[in-house]
Amino acid sequence: MSATLFAVQTLNGLQLGILLFLIAAGLTLVFGVMDFINLAHGVQYMLGAYLAVAAYAVTGTFWGALVLGLAGALVIGLLLEVLVFRHLYDRDHLDQVLATFGIILFLNEAVKAIWGSTPLTLPMPEVLDGSFELMDGLLYPVYRIALIVAGLAVAVLLYVLVSKTRVGMLVRAGATNAPMVAALGVDIRRLFMLVFGFGAMLAGFAGILAAPILVVEPGMGDNLLILAFVVIVIGGIGSIRGAFLAALIVGLVDTLGRGFATDIAKLALSPSAANDVGPAIASMLIYVLMAAVLFFRPSGLFPARGG
Amino acid sequence: MTTIPPKTPPQTSPQAPVEAPAGMATAPVAASRRWTRETLIALTAFALFALLPVLAAGLEDTFMVFFAIRVMVFAIAAVSLSLILGFGALVSFGHAAYLGLGAYSVAILAEHGYWDVTISLPVTLLVCGLFAAVTGAICLKTRGVYFIMITLAFGQMAYYTATSLSAYGGDDGLTMWGRTEILGSGMLSDRTTFYYVVLGVLIFCYVLARMIVASRFGRVLQGAKQSEMRLRAIGIDPYWYRLVAYVIAGMMAGLAGALLANAAEFVSPAYMTWHRSGELIVMVVLGGLGSLAGSIIGAASFLVLEELLSHVTEHWRLIFGPFLVLVVLFGKGGLMALIPGGRKND
Repeated sequence: MSATLFAVQTLNGLQLGILLFLIAAGLTLVFGVMDFINLAHGVQYMLGAYLAVAAYAVTGTFWGALVLGLAGALVIGLLLEVLVFRHLYDRDHLDQVLATFGIILFLNEAVKAIWGSTPLTLPMPEVLDGSFELMDGLLYPVYRIALIVAGLAVAVLLYVLVSKTRVGMLVRAGATNAPMVAALGVDIRRLFMLVFGFGAMLAGFAGILAAPILVVEPGMGDNLLILAFVVIVIGGIGSIRGAFLAALIVGLVDTLGRGFATDIAKLALSPSAANDVGPAIASMLIYVLMAAVLFFRPSGLFPARGG
Repeated sequence: MTTIPPKTPPQTSPQAPVEAPAGMATAPVAASRRWTRETLIALTAFALFALLPVLAAGLEDTFMVFFAIRVMVFAIAAVSLSLILGFGALVSFGHAAYLGLGAYSVAILAEHGYWDVTISLPVTLLVCGLFAAVTGAICLKTRGVYFIMITLAFGQMAYYTATSLSAYGGDDGLTMWGRTEILGSGMLSDRTTFYYVVLGVLIFCYVLARMIVASRFGRVLQGAKQSEMRLRAIGIDPYWYRLVAYVIAGMMAGLAGALLANAAEFVSPAYMTWHRSGELIVMVVLGGLGSLAGSIIGAASFLVLEELLSHVTEHWRLIFGPFLVLVVLFGKGGLMALIPGGRKND
């Protein structure tokens, strides 16, 4: 468990945390404002990646893929909102779960039908292709650093947007008490469509950022969706600040846990037993963390809704 | 049918007796008629299942029997979920975990040479009951969306734990070289015997669930669905009732998992993916919320539909996904509402 390895794992953890934040941000706002549970948010992440791969085939540059991918994710997000989701806002959570589950089945299968189930990759932009020396003997890819920086920039942008602008004020007010905001004459439906499209685009952005370093395959959003749920639950539904902190915590705990659980287990167990137990414990860590947070704070760390 | 929780606060009708649960209070006659109908539908389903092997033998169709076993196993799981989802409004999105836990309990015991039902059955029930008690105690502290997401997260936890069990096959799953024995006899290896054992378990679970729903315990559970505040006002804390129901449902699904492992003589983490949990919810809702017989019909229809569509195209989910959205948007009351004899508005 050397310092170098620890540093690398910490950076990887931050990276996962940033991706999770980008997904969780849209999810938490949608929950917060409209009390709408959108399981299909994970497929938005997947669609972002696939659209970018498709756009890369056309434009030949990463930046073209990024722009077209974002636009595509936004359009699909808005389309889904108009066609399906807006009819579900007044339904109970069970209906929302079922309908969005149907959309997941459809979109995962559609992606499989169009692009096949073999994993695809998106080449890195040349500018960011390379690595630099973080400390003695530690080379770290530039792209991964850029990913963390881009994610942090979006986080700052979101923070400013939500806490300093008029739209952000409405979103916060909507998360605290949506009926009251509507009663004050704000078109809450349009506000929500805006939030929804923006959230879909952020998830798509995460997918595009992840595409060069992870494989692009059908169902790639499903696991991250569930991690994003954990993030939202820990952070408190509707809270961007909570989502940010919880995403970093979950990213770090999960990555470091997977990196070092076996080593830690070896302190107490025989090596072969540790090899069995380590990964099992590592995969349970974030859920244990979530259970612990909920036990002490049933509404998460930073609940947006009063009471 | 009073199945879907009302959006507006339930109105008390002035002539209703105060102490009776709201669902039953206004129309005891309609309620008993509803249960007669429910019984008839369940009996028909059981009779069809009982006759199926005879029919299949006539047609020399062995696939049909295999398929029907699968249907009955999932019907058990759907009935167990129906108990908490339909009657307690607890949207558990991690119910497949219990299928997997039950299956793994049996398979891991078999791997170590313990084949007999006198060992594997109690262990399965204990494992599933404990998991349900511990996770349920945490999940039930929360409401609404939180509950859905937390049950989902615990389901995923069970899934990832299964994938990391490298000693028991990890991702690839674990083959059972045989079936559970009953007091040392390998009678379950006979397909027809196994078939009727599964049917017997299904009937047992159904009757048990019916008894639970009809009992005072079940009434509290349904009352908590309608108004937790009123229950508290008359001095009942629904938490413990919900937890016990959650544990019972978990154990019942574990039983289904044990049968599933025996049917396939194989277990894998794929039994407990969150897609499976979603499918279980689909089965319950497709059949009709708040009807146990409906869950059996829902499970059967889901699996038959899946089978038929997958013959049409390998991408059957392209059809099934939108179908599901349409069912949610327009199909109120599920398949049970389509069977004649139900009241239109309730």
